[in-house]
Amino acid sequence: MDKVQDNRAWFLIIPVFLIVAFSAILPLMTVVNYSVQEIFGPGQTLFVGTEWFGKVLADDRLHDALFRQIIYSLAVLAIEIPLGIVIALGMPGGRSAKTSLTLVLLALPLLIPFNVVGTIWQIFGRGDIGLAGATFRALGINYNYTSSPLDAWLTVLVMDVWHWTSLVALLAYAGLQSIPPAFYQAAKIDGASKWAVFRYIQLPKMRGVLVIAILLRFMDSFMIYTEPFVLTGGGPGNSTTFLSQYLTQMAVGQFDIGRAAAFSIIYFLIVLLFSFVFYTIITNTGSGEKK
Amino acid sequence: MDLQWMAWTLPTALFFTGIASMLVLMTVWELVSPTVEAKGFLPMRTTRGDRLFIGLLGSAFIHLGWLAATDAALWGALGVSLVWTAFVIRFG
Repeated sequence: MDKVQDNRAWFLIIPVFLIVAFSAILPLMTVVNYSVQEIFGPGQTLFVGTEWFGKVLADDRLHDALFRQIIYSLAVLAIEIPLGIVIALGMPGGRSAKTSLTLVLLALPLLIPFNVVGTIWQIFGRGDIGLAGATFRALGINYNYTSSPLDAWLTVLVMDVWHWTSLVALLAYAGLQSIPPAFYQAAKIDGASKWAVFRYIQLPKMRGVLVIAILLRFMDSFMIYTEPFVLTGGGPGNSTTFLSQYLTQMAVGQFDIGRAAAFSIIYFLIVLLFSFVFYTIITNTGSGEKK
Repeated sequence: MDLQWMAWTLPTALFFTGIASMLVLMTVWELVSPTVEAKGFLPMRTTRGDRLFIGLLGSAFIHLGWLAATDAALWGALGVSLVWTAFVIRFG
């Protein structure tokens, strides 16, 4: 049967387009304008061409922050995605009090504001008053996130895992719940192993939500600012100074707006590139199996 | 409308005019002759818009790489980018 072509529905996205234009496109254009100028104050600018881009690209501290950022985001994805899937697989299905309780418990960390999460973990890890820090001390483990870069890294990572794995688990759970029981019945008749059910039924059916989970977790972790800022302040030294914190130091601390704008554009392009690559890989993986 | 807060310069205005023109042209092209997903040297099937996006994103990195690697004028990077974008759109 021929479908009736009616494009009038596109008009419905005009409000969203206007909101995005005002909240994202115009500010981004302004950042591009700033990136080629020295900004002395409102209306006082000097065109400098690509000078800021050259300086930012040659900045060793930026290279270090970028390297740390990539390692951090990859570590976050490597831990949170499999862990979230495992949690989702272990969650009770159907409509029961147990299911509701599990969902509420899982959602709790997501409801806590970022700076509060940082403060919770800052206190939690302290050797004198924090439960984790005091426990490590009692066990004779020399743990101190304010002086050891390794401890600081581990604390920031564990904090992120604690804060955000629930999101992956909830998304994966939603994907699992959408699988019709007939799939499982067919697998049972075929005598499929648990691994085969996971590999050929659950994982492909979760692909859509996992794309969203990976993209969200990658973009969020790549732009992380508040939690490490509150927990470690970027230290010890610069060991937990990630890109956004370095950018903030440049823009707000030094009021180097032009250079910070050039940095922002490079940052934006890197996030765009990684997100595009992830999105393309995930949406194309296994697409041959469908046909 | 006062757009002074956006700190416009002629080069950035030309840049955005170029991007906007490309979007308008792509829209017209799409209306005249709708795109068909195709598989070229890129590892996935792409539409014309996908290939333009890949071309532009690649061009941005070509310019950044040029700036990082050499002090030579950016016209060289622009030339490489145009060739790259045309190549992706035609064979991607």
